[in-house]
Amino acid sequence: MTQPSSSRFINIGERTNVTGSAAFKKLIMAGDYAAAVEVARQQVENGAQVIDVNMDEGLLDAVHAMTTFLKLIAAEPDIARVPVMIDSSKFEVIEAGLKCVSGKPIVNSISMKEGEEAFLQHARICMDYGAAVVVMAFDETGQADTRERKTQICKRAYDLLVGIGFPPEDIIFDPNIFAVATGIEEHNNYGVDFIEAVKDLRALCPHAHYSGGLSNLSFSFRGNEPVRRAMHSVFLYHAIPAGLDMAIVNAGQLDVYDQIDPALRDACEDVILNRDPDATERLITLAESFKGKSVADEKAAEEWRGWAVEKRLEHALVKGIDAYVVEDTEEARQHATRPIEVIEGPLMDGMNVVGDLFGSGKMFLPQVVKSARVMKKAVAHLIPFIEAEKDLLPEAERKAKGKIIMATVKGDVHDIGKNIVGVVLQCNGYEVIDLGVMVPWPTILQSANDNKVDMIGLSGLITPSLDEMVTVAEEMQRAGMTMPLLIGGATTSKVHTALKIDPAYEGPVIHVLDASRAVGVASKLLSDTQRDEYVAEVEDEYIAVRDARAGRTTSELLPLAEARANGFVIDPSEKPDAPARPGLHVFDDWSLEHLRRFIDWTPFFRAWELHGNYPAILTDAVVGETATQLFADANAMLDQIIAEKWLTARGVAGLWPCGRDGDDVVLDNGTRLPMLRQQVKKSRAKKDGGRANMCLADFIDPSGDWIGGFAVGIHGIDEHSARFLADKDDFSDILLKALADRFAEAFAEALHQHVRTTLWGYAAGEQLDNAALIREQYRGIRPAPGYPACPDHSLKPILFDLLDAPANVGLTLTESFAMWPTAAVSGFYFGHGQAEYFGVARVGPDQVEDYAQRRGVDLATAERWLRPNLD
Amino acid sequence: MSKREQLLAAAQDRVLIFDGAFGTQIQLRKLTEEDYAGTLGLPADQKGNNDILALTRPDVLSDITRAYFEAGSDVVSTNTFSANRISQADYAAEDLVREINVASGRLARALADEYAAKDGRPRFVAGAIGPTNKTLSLSPDVEDPGYREITFDFLVDVYLEQARALVEGGVDFILIETVFDTLNAKAGIMAVKQLERELGRAVPVMISMTLTDLSGRNLSGHTVEAFWYAVRHAKPVTIGLNCSFGAEQLRPHVKVLSQIADTLLMIYPNAGLPNELGEYDELPDTTAGLVRDWADHGQVNILGGCCGSSPAHIAAIAKAVANSAPRTVPAPEPAMKLAGLEAFIAA
Repeated sequence: MTQPSSSRFINIGERTNVTGSAAFKKLIMAGDYAAAVEVARQQVENGAQVIDVNMDEGLLDAVHAMTTFLKLIAAEPDIARVPVMIDSSKFEVIEAGLKCVSGKPIVNSISMKEGEEAFLQHARICMDYGAAVVVMAFDETGQADTRERKTQICKRAYDLLVGIGFPPEDIIFDPNIFAVATGIEEHNNYGVDFIEAVKDLRALCPHAHYSGGLSNLSFSFRGNEPVRRAMHSVFLYHAIPAGLDMAIVNAGQLDVYDQIDPALRDACEDVILNRDPDATERLITLAESFKGKSVADEKAAEEWRGWAVEKRLEHALVKGIDAYVVEDTEEARQHATRPIEVIEGPLMDGMNVVGDLFGSGKMFLPQVVKSARVMKKAVAHLIPFIEAEKDLLPEAERKAKGKIIMATVKGDVHDIGKNIVGVVLQCNGYEVIDLGVMVPWPTILQSANDNKVDMIGLSGLITPSLDEMVTVAEEMQRAGMTMPLLIGGATTSKVHTALKIDPAYEGPVIHVLDASRAVGVASKLLSDTQRDEYVAEVEDEYIAVRDARAGRTTSELLPLAEARANGFVIDPSEKPDAPARPGLHVFDDWSLEHLRRFIDWTPFFRAWELHGNYPAILTDAVVGETATQLFADANAMLDQIIAEKWLTARGVAGLWPCGRDGDDVVLDNGTRLPMLRQQVKKSRAKKDGGRANMCLADFIDPSGDWIGGFAVGIHGIDEHSARFLADKDDFSDILLKALADRFAEAFAEALHQHVRTTLWGYAAGEQLDNAALIREQYRGIRPAPGYPACPDHSLKPILFDLLDAPANVGLTLTESFAMWPTAAVSGFYFGHGQAEYFGVARVGPDQVEDYAQRRGVDLATAERWLRPNLD
Repeated sequence: MSKREQLLAAAQDRVLIFDGAFGTQIQLRKLTEEDYAGTLGLPADQKGNNDILALTRPDVLSDITRAYFEAGSDVVSTNTFSANRISQADYAAEDLVREINVASGRLARALADEYAAKDGRPRFVAGAIGPTNKTLSLSPDVEDPGYREITFDFLVDVYLEQARALVEGGVDFILIETVFDTLNAKAGIMAVKQLERELGRAVPVMISMTLTDLSGRNLSGHTVEAFWYAVRHAKPVTIGLNCSFGAEQLRPHVKVLSQIADTLLMIYPNAGLPNELGEYDELPDTTAGLVRDWADHGQVNILGGCCGSSPAHIAAIAKAVANSAPRTVPAPEPAMKLAGLEAFIAA
């Protein structure tokens, strides 16, 4: 699996630097390179995107240490995966390093310290090796300290470099972060000088990047880690929006801006932004008082423990209780002649009860998933015993009903639904090979062949995944495969399957509506007697769908010009005032406790295939009991998530002045947001009292208006998810992912409210409870790219750039524009009183062509983006 | 027009054709030790030293290259895959490196000029530089992962000697091919840069990576995308893939490279995978059918063959893509594209 690897703010690991890490220095000095390599590995595991290697230590042969270490990490694929930054003040060390690095590294650093000639000579060597370079703001007279000197030196270096053909995108300026709060008055403005210089240079040096070493900044507070961390975080908070796009930092030792003690934060801010001549004194006084810690947790138990062991196992399976399953399984094993009998006997009996209850609608998905967790744990306990029995053929004995590959297709990262289907199949005796998310088709095909599976199941949540599924089907056809292909996931449909996927592949293609159908479909496909009939039946359905589609008299589309003429005309009196606080607002750690109140539970239950509206669902005659239990489990996990701070909610909102040019919303900074317009002909035109052909741009006043954007993401599930899976606990894994999704949606809701009442402030007095929020009884909308009003997912990169979402929220996009991590929401804010949601629906070729032009892409690309809206 | 510009101009109109394998063609001729050794008097057996034939049986190489031109090749390579000091040392022929490369270059040059004069269509000669049998990125000693058999500077010198002689022999481009170790390729690039400074003129390079596993990585572990970013500074006139496996298995990786590389794309796969006897038995029409698929999708600029391919394969490919539109070279936005074993893009 390839991680999405494009991002704005780059963390450069600093632990493999002898000048930055005493521990690393000790290892290198002692010649313990094996342990030093582990330091590099940890850094990459902890998220360093580039690792800085520095061996500048007086007592060390730096050339030898640098080359030895680089060669050793080249042998470690886990480390060598990421690019290296070769860091030395001695160019001979750098060049020796360049000879050991096989990818494209960064050199840190070169400068004009010894004049232009040496500078250009070094630059040419870097160019010959294909390295990017960090250029220090340093000239013949010394290091640049003021904003003017920083700007002037960097610009001079830029012109020289570009003059010899150095690619501007491979230049990284380090305009020198110096210590502030030193007690020397001239140093007070160093933070501001840096930030302002970066801003100036952004405009002067196209495509260049900006970096800095943070630890200098807080040099005066050596020994006081909390204050240093706070200073670094505050500095980044202000420098990143100015254009700083990478820094050498220990990512684990940065504080979240919003979590810093407000008094400390203000004091740091005063110092860094040089807001007040007494700021240093105040920070020094305050610094004395910083230290802290906390954290606690526990658990509980119950009875029914007096029954016979078989009965206990069945009870545990049906009730999904895993607390005693290992000891009960062990007891059963000791009673049995052979360990396999425990599986074939009480465990399968229990699972059959579960299967019957589920099949007859008396048990529901959340319970089944919990049962599966119990089963998996029991089996895991028995496997070593089974494998230890040499006289036995466990493969044949435990022969699965069938083998199925499950995968979320390339470009998509959503896996809750896929995991649920996998669990349901597993508890019904199928062997499931789960390839995970973002799986490219060659992997799917290869794995299907290698494992001799009976069928392939594909899943996807976002619309571009539909295309990818067609690609998989085409490739299966090309490879001459014949096994069934199962299609599932929120955007998939019988119609799409019938029209686009089924014709691409001659083997059976089955759209599986939800998890509860998966077992029925799989068992029919594997049955000697039912298979052919079933496949023919489905094929007939698809042919009917295709015929209906072909013969369908589709609603008439207006020519684009006419649709535009029938656009929505806003009432100027409902235009919102300019925002109270324009610009970007970053929230590094929004309170989860606060978000909990904004959770919309109905979709949560839907994810578990429990249908009904919250709170009525809790007392529903059929699913009420299950829903109530699931709700209790969810709340218990929520308590833990909040108390133990499993997750971090990061978000950004931006409000920008804009105008409108046709169907484009045009920000004053030049960014264009081309929108799509409804083209389906209305029964009556707007002027005749009918409906308008809507376009989001209609809600913008061409003479000057405001638009907003936001992105929120929930971070931190990976660690817990891995823990659950290691513990065979699919239930908790799925529950956590479903809750993270709810948090993301709740955050979008909470942030929108904050925007309406405070940041934009057009609804300062709004008082709505959660139910009213869910019913969208507020003014303004927040349409998301990829959803009906704004169906093109490819607007997300533009939105992300405006928000600098990768840096500000830690969100990245896959090639299909899925957000990563998956629990994330992004969209635009429209504040006009008449703004409302609508669906663009079908658009005509004229609009596609027009849109391609407005987006500056070729027609094929626009068609690919808009495929779900085309005929 | 420079040779680079001439190649770019020719590639605008159609998919160009590269040549096929030398090795399997030479094998067919069942040459003897006497054929190989000639009168050079070297103190080691020469049988199997295909590169030395440039000095001892140049007629064999001329025949093969002529057959490729007849089959429709626009670009041919010199038979110098192993004509470097490291590989030639196995035959005690390391002192003949210059002579072999000059002779091989002249031979191909003369034929290219002959065919160009016949029909006015430009023909090009790529001086082939193989990877040597040493690797700069990997340790041959499992106990000592930091050990390397040779140094970067040594390999630069080895390549420089070969590239200098090839240019002396009249080649248009230096083709750094079958790159299994990306750092070896970077040494090759460095050698050509030094040669350019020596000569005071441009020597355009072509670079071709070979994949060692189906997931699309070479032996040093680089993905196709990471490889491109690691060698892009050479401003190669072509980038591409060769050898590896057959066309069928190369397909997904061709697609990836086609989308990102802002230069001509040249692909020359093996004629399928070897059979149980180690022989390539994929028929010309089969290979042609597979590579045609890339041409039909506008994914390639130059097509040829590697191990197991013959003039018949090249003729079949030339025929199959005669009317295909060449790939349009994309113009990606400037961005800092770094690489470890995997690509990392800082937008």
